[in-house]
Amino acid sequence: MESTPARELGAGMFILLGFASLFFLATQTTNVESYVNDKGYTVTARFEDVAGLKERAPVTMAGVTIGRVERISFDPKALNAVVSMRISPEFDEIPDDSDAAILTAGLLGSKYVGIGPGGSETYLKNNSQIQLTQSAIVLENIIGKLLFKLGMENDSSKPAE
Amino acid sequence: MGRLAQIGRRLAQAIRKLGSVVLFLLTMLQAMPYALRRPRLVTVQIHNAGVLSLVIIMTSGFFVGMVVGLQGYDAFSRLRQEDLLGAAAALSLIKELGPVVTALLFAGRAGTALTAEIGLMKATDQLSAMEVMAIDPMGRIVAPRFLGGLIAVPFLTAIFNSVGILGAYFVGVQLMGVDNGAFWSQMQEYVDSGDIREGIIKSLAFGGAASLVAVFEGYTADRTAEGVGLATTRTVVVTSVLVLILDYMITSFLL
Repeated sequence: MESTPARELGAGMFILLGFASLFFLATQTTNVESYVNDKGYTVTARFEDVAGLKERAPVTMAGVTIGRVERISFDPKALNAVVSMRISPEFDEIPDDSDAAILTAGLLGSKYVGIGPGGSETYLKNNSQIQLTQSAIVLENIIGKLLFKLGMENDSSKPAE
Repeated sequence: MGRLAQIGRRLAQAIRKLGSVVLFLLTMLQAMPYALRRPRLVTVQIHNAGVLSLVIIMTSGFFVGMVVGLQGYDAFSRLRQEDLLGAAAALSLIKELGPVVTALLFAGRAGTALTAEIGLMKATDQLSAMEVMAIDPMGRIVAPRFLGGLIAVPFLTAIFNSVGILGAYFVGVQLMGVDNGAFWSQMQEYVDSGDIREGIIKSLAFGGAASLVAVFEGYTADRTAEGVGLATTRTVVVTSVLVLILDYMITSFLL
């Protein structure tokens, strides 16, 4: 039989190991730590349609994540969506005439913001706004337009026959 | 008529047993302050239930994780979606396999030990001797063992999950060649803190159920060698079935 102090030591080590495992699960398997990232600067962009973009979605440039979508709100006067994005502090030389587009990962994947570089010598800073934006492509609208166009072509080709 | 009476007697017996479990639980809760004032007793039981189960939990966890990685890789590679392996392995381990398998292993490794220990104490009149000395065996013997199991199981589950994820990583990334970054980033993309909370709630419930069954069966065992043996068997059977039923119920509540 082991002595009581030895067993207490064992129990203590066991609890520590358990907490270490919980910590591993909490930090390695979930993206909790990216939620609390409040470093960097905020830029906004206005979109006509953000369809399906979620808060905390990645903001990418050349495919690399440089920040996260912080808040999506609706401007009742201009009738468009205002997306504020928090960009990591190390990416502080993004030209201020860059454009922002809402893109989809894969055909049916989640939405994210892609920033395409401009050519300006001045850079985006805190609270600046991206002027050039391209809204999300809504699959239903595209299909609708396509069907409409096909219908038009059929109509115009009939009298010619 | 005889058969009907027999069924009725069986039913009455089952209901009486359920009632005695509830009464046992209440008596134990009454004795809880005694155990809580003597944390040393609980610590020793955490050692017995937790530390001594570590080897079996970690070995099983690693192999369960490995087989999840292997099967997951096979299934996902048919869909050309191997990158999702990390997410699938982590979700299945954290939400289902971790809590359930840990509870089943705990019942086999630690629950049987508790039942046999308490049952033998009872058979050899050690519990009666304590009562003669005005020591409440509920507070001195039963409650610390219950608490030790209740505390140990969630930690064992967390360890099982972590080791299991490493096992899935080993097979998926090291052996099968899934992209390392995709494995972890897809896991972080799809697992949220609610999934981990679900696993912790399950492991707490399973730990409580497994420990309660173990100490109850020991405490109510017949005072014979055969009685202790039967009680030990019942611990494993009852705990296993109870854990699987509880698992479905908790899942349906939490999903």
